[in-house]
Amino acid sequence: MTAMQQQYEASAGVLDGYNFAFLDEQTKRMIRRAILKAVAIPGYQVPFGSREMPLPYGWGTGGMQVTAAVIGRADTLKVIDQGADDTTNAVSIRRFFVRMTGVATTEKTREATLIQTRHRVPETPLQEDQILVYQVPIPEPLRWLEPRETETRKMHGLSEYGVMHVKLYEDISRHGHISTAYDYPVMVNGRYLMRCSPIPKFDTPKLHMNAALQLFGAGREKRIYAVPPYTEVKPLDFDDHPFEIERWSEACALCAAENSFLDEVILDDRGGRMFVCSDTDYCGERQAAGHRGPMAAPYKDREAAE
Amino acid sequence: MIGMPLLNVDGLSKHFGRQAACREVSFELWPGEVLGIVGESGSGKSTLLNCIAGRIAADAGRIDYRTAAGGIVDLATASEAQRRHLMRTEWGFVQQHARDGLRMDFSAGANIGERLMALGQKHYGSLRDTALDWMSAVEIPADRIDDLPRTFSGGMQQRLQIARNLVTRPRIVLMDEPTGGLDVSVQARLLDLLRRLVQEYNVAAIVVTHDLGVARLLAHRLMVMRRGEVVEAGLTDQLLDDPQHAYTQLLVSSVLSV
Repeated sequence: MTAMQQQYEASAGVLDGYNFAFLDEQTKRMIRRAILKAVAIPGYQVPFGSREMPLPYGWGTGGMQVTAAVIGRADTLKVIDQGADDTTNAVSIRRFFVRMTGVATTEKTREATLIQTRHRVPETPLQEDQILVYQVPIPEPLRWLEPRETETRKMHGLSEYGVMHVKLYEDISRHGHISTAYDYPVMVNGRYLMRCSPIPKFDTPKLHMNAALQLFGAGREKRIYAVPPYTEVKPLDFDDHPFEIERWSEACALCAAENSFLDEVILDDRGGRMFVCSDTDYCGERQAAGHRGPMAAPYKDREAAE
Repeated sequence: MIGMPLLNVDGLSKHFGRQAACREVSFELWPGEVLGIVGESGSGKSTLLNCIAGRIAADAGRIDYRTAAGGIVDLATASEAQRRHLMRTEWGFVQQHARDGLRMDFSAGANIGERLMALGQKHYGSLRDTALDWMSAVEIPADRIDDLPRTFSGGMQQRLQIARNLVTRPRIVLMDEPTGGLDVSVQARLLDLLRRLVQEYNVAAIVVTHDLGVARLLAHRLMVMRRGEVVEAGLTDQLLDDPQHAYTQLLVSSVLSV
């Protein structure tokens, strides 16, 4: 966050006339009950009375309601969108919570107690005292295979998940490998099939046995589900086509990281490109620690020398 | 298991409001036997089949099924989990319209493999081999394995549906007008195939049809239904050559001969 941004957010202060964290206490209570149920049954989609938020559906209304229900005055909030803290969605949601709660915000994964995310899981491993809130567009993993909600509920109830493998089979028969690259279907605690929101499959293994509490909120679809700390999360696959994460032939051009999720950035119209960490905090932290990629700005070294 | 019926239906009734679709239907089905249910439309044939398959709940009666493990399950009162499990392992259901019984957006191979995957088979290579075996068994060229069923002809779709059902080696297959909507030569080929498969895999089948020709070719035994009641039952040839009930006589005499 730039100094100007920080100043702006601090000066905005908490708005008068609103309850702490925007939602009224009855609504928060209702959402907390849904969350408790979701934690008790890992991977099970709990219906809840989703409220209108001052943001359109698809912008993270579900995640915001979950965040609003669990946030406290002592919390430090981090909001990320596609791994970055400074994109429109992340900035708006962070500012919203600053104005509605006055809590401290941070970009550092380590310092945050509550992280709301869209499309990524931070590269820095999470701790036991942290909560990760995902924004979920479509919570039902069987949605495109079975359009009837009554039927999908029955399938969850009876653990009838064979059809999900049919989709992966189709991937292999068409592309030679499992081409599902994001929102990869997983089995939670050996019981419920779950969509892990549109995170790249690179992040899917991070859900497994994670120390942090992971909450998922879908505003439009009115569902909340959860993966409690240290819960088994297994991606579906075939014996002869095991689950694999994406790999890159290059390291991050700025911090030289070889084990983080990289975005490809087109530099010109002559094929010039660079690969850079999608997690901006992780990349910045590595650069601060002295890691340098081939395209890292030289002025930073000069700054450090001065 | 020989000497014991596979399925024992006793006093099955189903009403839609005041309208009786099935009244007190009772019959037995033996291993490897093909039972035909004939009658005009609206006579309750399909309702009876759907009740047996558990797609609609019967009002009264028992449907005792002898499972592969040897126990007897009353499908009318069995838990939904148990019934659905049986339906996709030991039973098959071939729909009149292939689009109701197939996943039209998934390839032929995926359609055949679905039941196996539901049972936990997770080896892509062996699933594909099984799919190829079954495609040749139902006379679909092997190079169509990755094609969508919507690109298949009506007869091929119906054969694919049969392969998809037989892949788990069911003990009973229910068929609702399996040759309806196919032209005569395709029908003849499908009937030949069905006869061969029924014999080869020793499956019992209940075939609902309004076509007495199909019934004569496929079924060992026939039940004639009218207004929800079974009016006559017996060996196919006997029943068609010497119909006793007035309605059966009418039905047999109204068949056009070429």
